[in-house]
Amino acid sequence: MSATHQPTPLAKIEQKTIYDIVLKGKRIDERGPLDYRPLTLTLGPVEKANGSAEVYLGKTKVLAGVKIQTGTPFEDTPNEGILTVNAEFVPLAFPTFETGPPDENSIELARVVDRGIRESKAIDLQKLCIQPGKKVFVVFVDVYILDHDGNLIDAAGMAALGALVNATMQEFEVKNDEIRYKDSKMALPMLNYPVPITSVKVGNSIIVDPCLEEEQVMSCRLTVTTGKNDDVCAMQKGGLGTFTPEEIKQIISSSIQKSRDLRAKIISKVN
Amino acid sequence: MGNKEEKVRLIDNNGLRVDGRRLDELRPVKLEVGVLDKADGSAYIEHGRNKILAAVFGPREAHPKHIALADRAVVRCRYHMAPFSTDERKSPAPSRREQELSKVIRESLEPSIMSEYFPRSTIDLFIEVLQADAGTRCAGITCASLALADAGIPLRELVAACAAGKIDGKVVLDLSDVEDKKGDADLPIAFMPKSNAIGLLQMDGSMTEDELKQALDIGVNACRTIYEMQRDALRRKYHVEHEEEEKSEVAEVNA
Repeated sequence: MSATHQPTPLAKIEQKTIYDIVLKGKRIDERGPLDYRPLTLTLGPVEKANGSAEVYLGKTKVLAGVKIQTGTPFEDTPNEGILTVNAEFVPLAFPTFETGPPDENSIELARVVDRGIRESKAIDLQKLCIQPGKKVFVVFVDVYILDHDGNLIDAAGMAALGALVNATMQEFEVKNDEIRYKDSKMALPMLNYPVPITSVKVGNSIIVDPCLEEEQVMSCRLTVTTGKNDDVCAMQKGGLGTFTPEEIKQIISSSIQKSRDLRAKIISKVN
Repeated sequence: MGNKEEKVRLIDNNGLRVDGRRLDELRPVKLEVGVLDKADGSAYIEHGRNKILAAVFGPREAHPKHIALADRAVVRCRYHMAPFSTDERKSPAPSRREQELSKVIRESLEPSIMSEYFPRSTIDLFIEVLQADAGTRCAGITCASLALADAGIPLRELVAACAAGKIDGKVVLDLSDVEDKKGDADLPIAFMPKSNAIGLLQMDGSMTEDELKQALDIGVNACRTIYEMQRDALRRKYHVEHEEEEKSEVAEVNA
């Protein structure tokens, strides 16, 4: 069952400081309301994975790994490979992250990242079919949150995308429904590059890419995931506050713009 | 959204959809308040072929005690689909989808609840989907908000919910099952008309910025229509008392 969270303790005076600064159109780390923190992306830190990527977003640190294995396709998509996204909020990342099965926050994060990749058709899943209805490749994307300084969804989404563009697999050919591996390696067949951008509402102000303290005083957040042609492929509102329709339209426009630079940055890493 | 290679036409030459609706037309909605005996509040909705029950227990003592909050009630929510509600049997164990929906549904209703009046207690909200036909989270929210009102829990406003989306390249309202599976995009919205506040917003599929903004507008408008239906449903149950109150108020004014 989903229950109201115990709010993370943040001294009232601290809350008020953050609130007042945002109200003046500034940020506690001296960014502008629509400035993104510097993003550092390292591809391939984990050699044993098919693909991996490490993202620093401010002090938030996320590692994503891709493993590709064979499995049986879903009944309604017999000709397509399978994508699964899972997220672990590792206990070493934050005082309130606990061991045990994934809680609703990690499920939500994984599903928002999953939706972005799936709905933008980032991976050409039809090329990952070996024997229709019997055998396909399964692309496992596992996202590890290693340090939590806010905006985990964006960091996770970009780490997942980085790990996918970094991924290689044994080249294969299918003859008479039999798979034969070749000596060479190939990249995953990528068709799109979805980038999530999260904005939050503090008071009546909208700020992008919240740091941890800003997340602790926000009333709600909206994540807008955009693909390469500026098409929006996924959105998710979270938190106990509400947005007006006008605020939502404003966030959609600014998120689409913001995603262009970040996408270019990720793609430039591949070549 | 669903796989696109089997091209199905979802809009015919007359601009009508598979079930004969116009692009901006809602499916038939039927609402009933107070359908369960033991729950503190309950409601039932039929939205298209969706059949959903919602029940509210509370405010009641928090159990286990440590989950209680000092300044407000804890709102707990479970969205659950019956095993027989879908084409293929659904395992009764909560899926990741149901866990996510329980969270977003709670976050859409909690802004409407004056939970600060009930510190150290819980308000438990159960949504059971008996038959699913696309748009269950929205129908569930519409129904649950009525159940909260039926339980007598002070609300800032009723929450109405409806999805917009895109099929065959056109922005439409309230996707049906086949439109959800074969269409281009789905945009569920929960909205409180008087506060002009959106409490739930999700989207999947593919839409341009303009289509998205247009879909948002028609979705919000549909929520206003559903909001009126919710009020009618409440009036149907509490009709007598209200009318008498109104009359006595009028009498006072006249005197």
